[in-house]
Parts: sequence; C-alpha cells; structure tokens
Amino acid sequence: MKTIGNGRIDDAVERGALVDFTFDGVPLRGYPGESLATALFVSGITDLRKAPRSGTPRGMFCLMGICQECVVWIEGRRQPSCQVTLRDGLQARSGTIAGLES
Amino acid sequence: MTDAALMTNAADLLVIGAGPAGVGAATMAAEHGLDVVLIDENYAAGGQVYRPMPPGFARRGSPGPDAAIGDAQRELLARSPVRTAFGKLVWSVSQTFRVDAVGEDGPTHWTAPALIAATGATERVIPFPGWTEPGVIGLAAATALLKSQQMLPGRTTLVAGCGPLLLAVAAGILKAGGRVAAVVDLASPVDWMSTLPALASRPDLLARGVGWVTLLKRRGVPVLFRHAIIGVRRSAGGLAATIGPVDAARRPISGVLERELSIDCVAVGHGLVPGTEISRIFRARHRFEHSLGGWIAERDRTGRTSVGGLYVAGDSGGILGAAAAFQQGRMTGLAAARDRGRIDPATFDRLVTPIERSRARNERFGRAMSGLMAAHLGQAAAIAPETIICRCEDVTRAELDAAIDEGAATVDQLKAWTRCGMGPCQGRMCGDTAGALMALRVGDRESAGQFTGRPPLRPIPIDLLTGTYDYADIPIPGPAPL
Repeated sequence: MKTIGNGRIDDAVERGALVDFTFDGVPLRGYPGESLATALFVSGITDLRKAPRSGTPRGMFCLMGICQECVVWIEGRRQPSCQVTLRDGLQARSGTIAGLES
Repeated sequence: MTDAALMTNAADLLVIGAGPAGVGAATMAAEHGLDVVLIDENYAAGGQVYRPMPPGFARRGSPGPDAAIGDAQRELLARSPVRTAFGKLVWSVSQTFRVDAVGEDGPTHWTAPALIAATGATERVIPFPGWTEPGVIGLAAATALLKSQQMLPGRTTLVAGCGPLLLAVAAGILKAGGRVAAVVDLASPVDWMSTLPALASRPDLLARGVGWVTLLKRRGVPVLFRHAIIGVRRSAGGLAATIGPVDAARRPISGVLERELSIDCVAVGHGLVPGTEISRIFRARHRFEHSLGGWIAERDRTGRTSVGGLYVAGDSGGILGAAAAFQQGRMTGLAAARDRGRIDPATFDRLVTPIERSRARNERFGRAMSGLMAAHLGQAAAIAPETIICRCEDVTRAELDAAIDEGAATVDQLKAWTRCGMGPCQGRMCGDTAGALMALRVGDRESAGQFTGRPPLRPIPIDLLTGTYDYADIPIPGPAPL
C-alpha cells in the first residue's frame, strides 16, 4: 500500500484504511493508530497553537505527553495531541486560548 | 493479566510506569506472591525506550533489536499475574499509598502498602533562541516518530545535542530514507574515546554504535564535534539553524566559524533528567548527582527510599539506561516481596545476587553513556539573555536573572517570583535549566534546590474527576442563622 504524505516510512509497517479528521476546519487524512500530533505534523501542519504570553507559534516537542506544547481543543477539552489517537471524524482546533495572546 | 479496573482497588503493591524498570519490578514481585497493579498512561508496556508500534499498525518483517526486547518484556508481563492498567494517567499520589488516575472511562484509584515509582526520565534540552519554533523537537521525540509512528521527523533534519541518541536518531533517519543536514555534537572525539573501556562491557551495543557511525560516514553526513546550535529561526523553506564551535566548557566561541543550515526539522537533546516527581511529592531525601542526570532520590541498591514502603526503580532514580533499569526493577520487585514478608532474607540474598551481577555489567555501560550526556554548567552560562527558559510561561533567562538579582535564592523562589515552572508541564522542561542558572549564582545545584513536588502530576480537565451532574442534584445547605 502506498501511503500519503512524504514523511511516512513504508518499509516496515502495514497501515490500516485512511480516516478523515479536521484541524481548524481543514479536512485532513491519516492512519488509525497515528497520534493526532504526528498526523498533523506529517501533513505539514506544525503550528498547533500560540503561546499565551508571547503569542509565538508552538507545536509538538516532546511527543510523550510531558511538555504540553501540542495541546489542542477537542470537544471542549484541552488535550496534548501527541497523546490523542487519530479516529475517523475527529475534529480538533488550535490550542490557542482566545484573548490571551498579547 | 486482567484489567485492573474490573478488580478490587486494594493491592499489595502499586507500580507506576510500565517501562523496563516497572515491568521488571511488577513481574518479579508478582512471581513471589504479591498482588501487583501496574499503571501506565500509554496503551502498552515498553516505556519510551521500547515503545511499540501503535494498535492499528502491523509490523512487516522481523523486529529490530529494541523492538525484540520490548516484545519479550511485554510477553513476560502478559504471562504474569500482574494486573495492568494501561491508558491511565496518574495525577495524584498520596500517603501509604493511594494512586489516583483518570482514563477514558473516568477517574479511578488504587491503594497498597507499597509503591514503586518507575517513571523513567524526561529529556533535557538546553534552551537556545528559537527552540520554541514548531519543527524543533526532542531527540527522544524523533525516536518515537521513527520507531513507533514510523515517520520521518522532516525532509532534512539537523540532529544536535549530545549522547548516544544523536547517532541512533541520525542513523534511523538515513535508514528510513530521510536526509540529515549534519550531526552537531557537544562532545569531542576524546569524550567518546574515553567511554570505550566501558562500552566493551556491552559489545553488542558497541557494534550497533559502530554501525551507525559507518552509515553516517558512507552517506557523507558531516559530524561536527564540539559544536552547538547558536539559534534557530523561521525561514522561507522551513527553519534556518546557526551552528558554531564550543570550547571545552561547552560555551559557544562567539562569532567564530558560525554557519547557517537550511532544514525543516531540528532534533535536539542534551541527555536525560530523572523523573523524580513522585519521590519529591513524598518528600523522600534527594541528592544531586551530576553524573546520573541530576536530582535523584536517595535509595539503597534495591531501590528503597527514605520513605517507608516507597521504592524508586530505573532511570527515575538515576540515568543508567534501559538494560540496567530492567535488572534494577527486578531487584526492587524482590525487595518489595521481602519487605512484605513473602520471601525470607536468605531466599532474597540467593535470588538477588545473580541479578545484581548482570545489572553491574549494564550499569557500567549506562554510566559511560550518562557521562556523555551529563550537563555542564558552561552550557547554562552561555544561554543568551532573550532565550525563553520556561516554555509554558514564556519566561526568559533575563527575567530569571533579574529575579536572582532581586534576591531569589532557590528555584522555588524563582517559580514564585517569575512563574518559571508554574505552567502545565509543571517544571519538567525548565526545572533543570532553572536549577543550573541558579547554581551559577548561588554556587551549587544543592543550594539552588529543586521544584517542590505537588499534585496534579499532569494537567487534567476537572470535569473528568467530577463527571456529569445536574445542578439541581447538588445539596444546598440552608443559610446560617443570623
């Protein structure tokens, strides 16, 4: 199976069927089992939110649920996207907290 | 193996963290009669080092050496009577002993008279201007991308920092068909050579390292020893990184031989810091051990801390690597069984001796690697004033220095005065650097102190704890008499 995106490694793994998800309303596709953070990253979406004090863009950093840089909004909750497994129909929004950017 | 959520919440022993140390400890303790619950936030055992491919991925061909060890440990666990609780985020630990966690099905807790913290390590990244730019990730993050998610970190990656992960990540990228712009290593060839005698204790791992170096050479990847990233900024094509040489104290030699690389990813890491949050919450005695990664709980050879019933296993008690962590976990599991009266002292001594011998061999290797990754105060001294130290709260070095000028004398005071370490990562990303910056002024890391451990261990939405309810159902007491 040929996979989408040029960052996925195909040699050692068999992936399932593509699923649809959105980020800030933009339709995207990824594979089941991928984390939301890495599925976004491999789709070229690296900026996941703006830092509350400086307003500078932030994205995934530690990929183990520690740094909280990849936090996004999913169904009204802030969640580190590296700890969220991709599922069909997932709708995520930027983790920016409205009104806090300076 | 059964789902702990369906079983009683009381156990003989709770183990937090299902990496090599936690699996070793839990299986050994269960083997000797303890009712053990092993708790981890991930979907499977393995920790960061042996993290499996996610559910939904099917491996093609035979597993690599790390995947094979991870599979063997998961198999050992599956055959054991250990009760496992995966996908459970531990947010609180309290006295003698209660562990609170949340999962997809809501809050849960367990109690036991003994607790083993096997929480591993976090990666140290010494800040530089631009390290908050998206596309800059940790070396450990790059490893997770390559091994578990089966993705390249970028089209062209700069691999920087120190320690064995540099070579592992660079070689992993090349093998997967990606490009490595350069490997930028703080250490000198002499630093690497000095580890050779210890590396000989694990010829298999030494051979892997030699394989990585050979691959880098064959692909013409420049390896720049005694170099560091000076800064990273956004550019039209992605990121632009300025790199330059450092002196023996690992301080950049300013303005000399700097060059800029066009890349779209930076994978950077400067070693590992023991994850001590649980032993800090219990106020166990800690000491600063530079060569083992930083602050660690004082423990005996089997992991007993200064707090009765609390044990620390694996890298969360000092960075010695995955192989030593598994063996030390086995020893800690035995100690817990002995302390709970399941085995007598003579049996304990007979069983622990061969494990300890095996651990000592791996520890020698681990110490050599840990030495390569240990932080040097020169690195902290060289951080530019405008650099963000605390990523959560955007606190710069200049702001920390100003607080120290005004009298802040410990990292807890820095936190109270500047909010450094007060954000959602709870000081895990900035704590080590804040301590180093304070140590530069107060003399040593011991005087600088460490952030006081407090729950919640992870940020969690409060509605996960409260569940759903109707306001009408909340009992409202009558007004107090006037």
